[in-house]
Amino acid sequence: MKFDTPATTNPIDQLKIIGKSTDRIDGPHKTSGLATYAYEHHDVAPSPVYGFVIGAAIAKGRITSMDTSKALAAPGVLAIVTAANAGKLGKGRFNTAKLLGGPEIEHYHQAIAVVVAETFEQARAAASLVKVDYARAQGRFDLAQAKPGATRPKDSADAVVGDFATAFAAAPVQLDETYVTPDQSHAMMEPHASIAIWNGDKLTLWTSNQMIAWSVGDVAQTLGIPKANVRLVSPFIGGGFGGKLFVRADAILAALGARAARRPVKLALTRPLIFNNTTHRPATIQRIRLGATKEGKLTAIGHGTWSGDLEGGGPEDAVQQTRLLYAGANRLMTTRLAVLDLPEGNAMRAPGEAPGLMALEVAMDELAEKLGIDPVALRILNDTQVDPEKPERPFSQRQLIQCLRTGADRFGWAKRRAPAQTRDGRWLVGVGVAAAFRNNLTMTSAARVRLDKDGVVTVETDMTDIGTGSYTIIAQTAAEMMGVPLSQVSVKLGDSSFPVSSGSGGQWGGNSSTAGVYAACVKLREAVAQKLGFDPSLAKFADSQVSAGGRSLPLAQAAGKAGLTAEDKMEYGDLAKTHQQSTFGAHFVEVGVDAATGEIRVRRMLAVCAAGRILNPKSARSQVIGAMTMGVGGALMEELVVDKRLGFFVNHDLAGYEVPVHADIPHQEVIFLDETDPMSSPMKAKGVGELGICGVAAAVANAVHNATGVRVRHYPVTLDKLLDRLPRVA
Amino acid sequence: MPPIETPSISRRCLVAAGAASAAATASPLAATAASNADAPVLAKVSFEINGKPQTLELDTRTTLLDALREHLKLTGTKKGCDHGQCGACTVIVEGRRINSCLSLAVMHEGDRVTTIEGLGAPDRLHPMQAAFVKHDGYQCGYCTPGQICSAVAVLDEIKAGIPSHVSADLTASPEVSGEELRERMSGNICRCGAYSNIVEAITEVAGRTA
Repeated sequence: MKFDTPATTNPIDQLKIIGKSTDRIDGPHKTSGLATYAYEHHDVAPSPVYGFVIGAAIAKGRITSMDTSKALAAPGVLAIVTAANAGKLGKGRFNTAKLLGGPEIEHYHQAIAVVVAETFEQARAAASLVKVDYARAQGRFDLAQAKPGATRPKDSADAVVGDFATAFAAAPVQLDETYVTPDQSHAMMEPHASIAIWNGDKLTLWTSNQMIAWSVGDVAQTLGIPKANVRLVSPFIGGGFGGKLFVRADAILAALGARAARRPVKLALTRPLIFNNTTHRPATIQRIRLGATKEGKLTAIGHGTWSGDLEGGGPEDAVQQTRLLYAGANRLMTTRLAVLDLPEGNAMRAPGEAPGLMALEVAMDELAEKLGIDPVALRILNDTQVDPEKPERPFSQRQLIQCLRTGADRFGWAKRRAPAQTRDGRWLVGVGVAAAFRNNLTMTSAARVRLDKDGVVTVETDMTDIGTGSYTIIAQTAAEMMGVPLSQVSVKLGDSSFPVSSGSGGQWGGNSSTAGVYAACVKLREAVAQKLGFDPSLAKFADSQVSAGGRSLPLAQAAGKAGLTAEDKMEYGDLAKTHQQSTFGAHFVEVGVDAATGEIRVRRMLAVCAAGRILNPKSARSQVIGAMTMGVGGALMEELVVDKRLGFFVNHDLAGYEVPVHADIPHQEVIFLDETDPMSSPMKAKGVGELGICGVAAAVANAVHNATGVRVRHYPVTLDKLLDRLPRVA
Repeated sequence: MPPIETPSISRRCLVAAGAASAAATASPLAATAASNADAPVLAKVSFEINGKPQTLELDTRTTLLDALREHLKLTGTKKGCDHGQCGACTVIVEGRRINSCLSLAVMHEGDRVTTIEGLGAPDRLHPMQAAFVKHDGYQCGYCTPGQICSAVAVLDEIKAGIPSHVSADLTASPEVSGEELRERMSGNICRCGAYSNIVEAITEVAGRTA
């Protein structure tokens, strides 16, 4: 089915099941420990052997020698696979560095060997006996130092509208500031893990992966085997946030280890290895220049961003949102990329927008202060309903102003006072606001639906549920389309033997995967109607019955003994080209800053979101509060600290890389504005999982400024950056 | 730092000694190498897991966490970091919650261990499990069993009058407040960020049983 004209009324609009706050259908399994993650498939591998991965101890250079003899002689050891004995390996389309390094080392903790032994304890002990000598080479590890040599990535044209330089120079009010965001880690709770089983030349991997079809391709390409010989299974994923979009070393080394040991192999990357071995969100340096009239109308918007990655890698495109968020006739956006020899940079929740808004929305706060205009009012004043670079291209829906106004009203924004004026005991109290913006992407997505003789509808698609609630919204979609209760729907996900879905990433999964299920259900409805002798265009599906023209028959009757199956996919036409599809929100935050110590505590948080139809307000709200939590992490604590001499992230575990814990997060409020977007899909939905993080860190930083009068432009905002500038304690 | 040898060793001392010995053994690879090359030392351990007696013969290096996950195939208890930083492996031993990754299985001779599977099953959920479903106190589900085991134990700790870092009065009975729950639950990281919902789930259960 092709979606190339705006959606009209369809069975989803009944909203009997879609749009209802529904408990997750996988909830009872997750809460009783019965949901099975990658490392836990004892049913398929009852007596596996264990792999332990060794990471390179240098950031750049060569392995000069590797002595595995002691390890091979250690009890229980079955095989050790290194680049020297692995055979010829390719590199996946989505990987920058090789997943098995050596003798060349491209980054710190790049995997260089897997030790396979009868038990985990034996594999781990033997791994410590592998002796590796290196010749360390000079590397580039400092973004600030590499910045002057950064170049324009080949796929990234500068966005130029009007004459920025002249307009900025002429603007009566100017802001020109530089902001720094650090490298960040996904730090999902489930480590990257895989079980590999070979059956002849066919490989099955039970793994933890967001994008099944991409990763089948990359496993095949890396191992040099046909795609048809690779099956990936990933029914439950313990968090991804972009870190599991791609094949990583666990999958490839489990496969190589299993081939060498001729046994099923299971392995997980150890927590301290994950931070340098896998991908991270790259640090940015961002210069923002805003020119405005005295009334606050933006006349010039300039945003330049610099980031670094390994040779052949990509930039952190932190100017994306600035191209679309505010009006302004003269615009200049530039993205520059330096080569760094740090671990591989790649997507983390809202890549581009998350760090971009950390800078832009502080800049807007600073401009509001310069202008003497309320920060909410400044944003409303500069709203645009069209793509500022292509005014003939309207937004499909854009309720940013409504988000800001609703939020200001609900939060009590009007009580906001000038910086460093509000005191609550030992706490300096402040509030901050930021706009949230994230584009809506649609991806081709397929599904298969089967109706059986008991009237049960089974959906199969290789879509993944990374905590987003895919199981539940897919079940809701099928139930609504086929006119059956939720309990009559069974959903099977994350298996490459199922039709290829959109996968989970870029907040495209919810809308795209359910649209694919919609398409398959439309086909199944036609087949059912035909079988029962109804006109498909008139048949109504409700209460497990099909009816038309005064006649009604049980849905199950159409299935017969053999069942009835339909498969289809949703593809997209040009609507995303003719209309800009984005999601919008406003974040409001109250913080307290200890007047003596500078300790920062978040006291209140509110998000107002406009993101199309909300398919399940309960799980959508969870997506948003989770993203708000990660946003607090970005604001106040998350930073991979770079050792600029040796070239690695120093704080590579969960004690050193701090993420928010219970004590850091207050009760959180989320409001979804009533919205349907007929340009996005027949579901009229968009994404929310990344919108929720966009702007949060800036709202926190702005609240800290409002509390203390101190402006921090170098994330994370920690007390050491406030301490010498706090108001004098009376 | 000399090893701390005292018969009345406190938990705090143990933690300090653990940190010191970890630092000391990080570099001399040769020392660990010698012992690693030896055949694994096996030992028998008998304990009661979720009310069921179990006897295992284990490599003495096996953690309680791996004994549960790999040997008893109770994979509800999760391995998030394997070194006591995330709380995903929380189980209840003799009524108190512990990180099962920081404990060797053979240390638990005769202990009664309750894991998430012992609290309830999909068709007969424990009130805490049901409250997590109702309040959507989880997303990816990986930290969830640890959060739930911790939550159950936290309510018992409060009931037993055990104070926390945020208890204003160490001698008064602590209350089930948001602040107390957040403090006590802070050893269980949820990267999906379900904290706000988790606290609501625990509060509801506390109200029900208080």
